[in-house]
Amino acid sequence: MYGSGMMKGFGVTIRNLFRKPVTVQYPEEKVRQSSRFRGQEFSWFEDRCTGCASCAKYCPLGIIRIVTSPSDRHKQDGADFNIDVFDIDQARCMYCGLCVEACPYDALHMGTNFEGAQLRRQDLVITVDVLRKRAKHPSTWYRPQLERQDFDPYKQEADMQTVAREPYYWHPKRPAMLPESARKEATADGEYK
Amino acid sequence: MTLHTQPVVVNIGPHHPSTHGVFRMRLTFDGENIVDVEPVVGYLHRGTEKLAEERHYTQVITLTDRLDYVASMTNNEAYVLSCERLVGLEAPERGKYLRVIAAELQRIVSHLIGTGFFLQDLGAFATPLMYCMRERERILDLFEMLCGARITVSYMRIGGVFQDAPDEFWPALRKLLDELPRYIDELEGLITTNEIVLARTKGVSPVTPEQAINGSWTGPVLRSTGVDWDLRKAAPYDAYDKVAFDVVVGENGDNYDRYLVRIREIRESIRIVEQCVKQIEPGPVRATTAMLFKPPPGEAYVPVEAPKGELGFYLVSDGSIKPYRCHIRAPSFINLSLLREMMVGWKMSDAIVSLGSLDFNMGEVDR
Repeated sequence: MYGSGMMKGFGVTIRNLFRKPVTVQYPEEKVRQSSRFRGQEFSWFEDRCTGCASCAKYCPLGIIRIVTSPSDRHKQDGADFNIDVFDIDQARCMYCGLCVEACPYDALHMGTNFEGAQLRRQDLVITVDVLRKRAKHPSTWYRPQLERQDFDPYKQEADMQTVAREPYYWHPKRPAMLPESARKEATADGEYK
Repeated sequence: MTLHTQPVVVNIGPHHPSTHGVFRMRLTFDGENIVDVEPVVGYLHRGTEKLAEERHYTQVITLTDRLDYVASMTNNEAYVLSCERLVGLEAPERGKYLRVIAAELQRIVSHLIGTGFFLQDLGAFATPLMYCMRERERILDLFEMLCGARITVSYMRIGGVFQDAPDEFWPALRKLLDELPRYIDELEGLITTNEIVLARTKGVSPVTPEQAINGSWTGPVLRSTGVDWDLRKAAPYDAYDKVAFDVVVGENGDNYDRYLVRIREIRESIRIVEQCVKQIEPGPVRATTAMLFKPPPGEAYVPVEAPKGELGFYLVSDGSIKPYRCHIRAPSFINLSLLREMMVGWKMSDAIVSLGSLDFNMGEVDR
């Protein structure tokens, strides 16, 4: 019968009329992102960073700039560097996360936030001071050790001991540096023995 | 008194950078009949092939996301498969299955978008498109769980996928697979037997199998003409040789068949994902590769069945950490080759519908 197909279509429309809307009124209510979300508030742990610049070399766009200088700290253990400049130009960042994947010491992590609008273009550059002060809510992207701890970046804040595959200490000769919670040996995959 | 008439040249496009608007057609009309059509491409050219020559092999994965931006997973897959062929590497079993799951979900996304915008071009403004978008969002949520991004996924890596799926992914996928067929039924109820859609699309712009093969058509548009050609069956890659599915074939090669093939392929994709969920076993997801991937000199080309057709990256390696040449065989661009055969002789309103039925993506056409 001519018109039956159209009546069927109207049936679909009417059925959808009585469904709950899926639209979320954005600024008032927000959808929670998944914990692997590659967001823009990069978490950076200065004590873990050695200034090796793997992230800068691995960035497809070359937007990370690192300048280091030698410091007096831990001289007997070898070199320790000050991170003088750690600029991430978010105006050009595409949040691919390759810098986080490249970081050998789990110092840099993707963040969670996505509301990064700024009024001036230079405000989009994250400087080392911003990274130092910022609350650490690292995304679990490429960090299976965080997923194993059921880490929720939207509720918890990470500290520098639990965030990485290996607990942090400077030298085996100085076990005093090692906090009680971190006195575990870890394999490269992040499995604790 | 004699009335002198002459053909009128009308430019259609370029309008909007996200739809197939930046595609420009110079249509020559005689009254309302199309006499000639000339495609003008290049408004979205970003030089991906050249950019790939100055990036490491892994960094190029982020560029492939931006080719066909509604089907990033299959772009990733095509690229990493070519890279793996360069060194004779193979991904672990679980990695292969995860790739197939991601690629088939992406195919559903792409076909939903294709169907939605096809109807948009028919004049069904926004409502059916929003139904398609609603289902697409659910799949994009899954991608966000999987890899932290919705569109520019960068999920696959040379030698597998970058990380295993999180625990919450599997129940969410199960829920989607249970509910999606019902929504596809609904969508089909809206379109497939609709008299307006039938009148506007059935028998319009038919393409014969000979024309399609001569025009190097691939993908759903080729299968709509009745040619049984699917790279997932003809040259199985990843885990496609372990799953059972039917190649959907159309009959007439008209606009309606091109739509119908897509909607049926969504059902086949759901079937493939169901089987993958059943067959997948725990294990490693990524073969061990160096951070800086450095293949020996040589060349590789592995085509995959992307949602739009045969997608392949022809990589030439000179033994360094960057590809010497990266040629992209983009299905959207080559599927535009039969535009004249499709449109000449039809009316202006049919030209827009035919263009929508091709389901091409400008990011891939101009690269």
